[in-house]
Amino acid sequence: MLIQNPPDIASSEITDEHAYLNRRQFVRGVTGTALGVVAAGLVPGTVAEAGDVGQQEIQNVKPGPFRTDEPQNSFEDITSYNNYYEFGLDKRDPSRNAHTLTTSPWTIQVDGHVAKPADYHIEDLLKGIAFEERVYRLRCVEAWSMVVPWVGFPLSTLIKRFGPTSGAKYVEFTTVLRPSEMPGVRRPVLDWPYVEGLRMDEAMHPLTILAVGLYGKTLLNQNGAPVRLVVPWKYGFKSVKSIVRMRFTSEQPRTAWNKATPNEYGFYANVNPTVDHPRWSQRSERRIGRFFRQATLMFNGYDDQVASLYNGMDLRRFY
Amino acid sequence: MRRGSLKWPVFVGCVLPVLWLIGRGITGDLGANPIEEITHETGIWTFRFLLGTLAITPLCALTAWSRLMSVRRMVGLFAFFYACLHFSTYLVLDWFFDFEAIIDDVVNRRYITAGFIGFAMLIPLALTSTHAMLRRLGSRRWQQLHRLVYVSAIAGAAHFLWQEKADLQRPGIYIGCLALLLGIRVWQRARSRWRTRVSG
Ligand code: HEM
Repeated sequence: MLIQNPPDIASSEITDEHAYLNRRQFVRGVTGTALGVVAAGLVPGTVAEAGDVGQQEIQNVKPGPFRTDEPQNSFEDITSYNNYYEFGLDKRDPSRNAHTLTTSPWTIQVDGHVAKPADYHIEDLLKGIAFEERVYRLRCVEAWSMVVPWVGFPLSTLIKRFGPTSGAKYVEFTTVLRPSEMPGVRRPVLDWPYVEGLRMDEAMHPLTILAVGLYGKTLLNQNGAPVRLVVPWKYGFKSVKSIVRMRFTSEQPRTAWNKATPNEYGFYANVNPTVDHPRWSQRSERRIGRFFRQATLMFNGYDDQVASLYNGMDLRRFY
Repeated sequence: MRRGSLKWPVFVGCVLPVLWLIGRGITGDLGANPIEEITHETGIWTFRFLLGTLAITPLCALTAWSRLMSVRRMVGLFAFFYACLHFSTYLVLDWFFDFEAIIDDVVNRRYITAGFIGFAMLIPLALTSTHAMLRRLGSRRWQQLHRLVYVSAIAGAAHFLWQEKADLQRPGIYIGCLALLLGIRVWQRARSRWRTRVSG
């Protein structure tokens, strides 16, 4: 049940002046759309630290399938070590710069080969969605990895609502592009906006989710607020952040990294220890927080679930 | 050392980057992936010290500040020192003596091959940096040998450029500085050759 009244706030949860000042930015953005936010079931919770600006508890999160029992990376690590080039190239830049992004109001343009193309308000899209916690491994193409407790829901739930027509063979996702709020896009490091894509069967796969939170709270901007893709058997760059458009296409989308360096980043980008990146080996990875490298697993350890998607395909050619 | 010598202040300046890095390590300021951060910091300082070493001779020639010459060897040895830290980070922290993987890297990844060449070229220079070695080799041969520093710097530049994923601006700026320092030398050589031809 997602449409609900905010619970009574215990006095212990009332934040002090200091925290309030830090939350001001968030509060300003949210008050205007408070009703919509409540409708989406995202009830403001307490703010434990100043660093958690703008985070809200997500209510009624059920444990989801495909959960890994490996130790989860800390909230600190997950929110301070990010590749989100729109906010800078250094891994710490997004955590420093991304707070400028306005994530409310937020609409997602849905177009292409679908029965119901429209600009959807995020609150409307999230209405009636059952949120699950999905604890997934995340393997970056740069040979590091993390374990992240995402909060989200299968992408297929939304796609079914949009009603893709027979022409829809791929889904193309676009990240928000807002130069006034994104210092990193001043330079043409990539061909902005950031575009990614999936084949339809990949997009409909039960492992593929849209995430709206992690560790039980709404996403921070550096992790792709308000909504991002998570495709755990592919390198992290496939999992686009802050999605503003989903286009259903008959042709394979031209994705940002593939355009920039086609011989290094393919469209599929499945985690594969036997196909090296031209400049480094993909056989092993460093799990953030650990000293020793560990072996990288085929499809990031999700081969039982996804290997059949690629039957008969030469994964060396379609990297 | 003489009073008023440049050596102490320059020495202190040269150890500051590594002290700073250690300080960041102790206070937990190296981020979620400290090994990557140490690799990058020691790498960029190696390159900066190579640039510093190569800047001294032209600076002395162009300005009246010939005292700088007295610290050239030290700055060069610090370039080697940072290169050793950089390489040790790779060998120990990054790969923990996984020689199979390291050999694969050195052979198959051009940016590692280039870095490796850059580092290897510095070893004979460090070994022959003493006055005794200079005397043993004779000044001419010693100077010829020490031209390897150019090979090292160029290999280091290729390594820097090739390890970059998307943003070529940062390596571009550094490599531009190197090109300037090498260009000055080419220009001076050409000029002096032309002069000797004219006067001779
Ligand atoms: C003259 C010798 C060398 C110089 C001048 C040099 C310089 C650099 C520089 C400037 C960087 C980039 C740092 C940054 O982005 O802040 C770097 C990165 C790196 N270097 Fe070196 N390096 C040298 C030798 C080596 C050697 C011998 C190895 C290992 C065999 C090595 C391994 C690496 C690695 C693994 C990186 C990180 C690449 C990445 O993050 O993708 N370097 N180096």
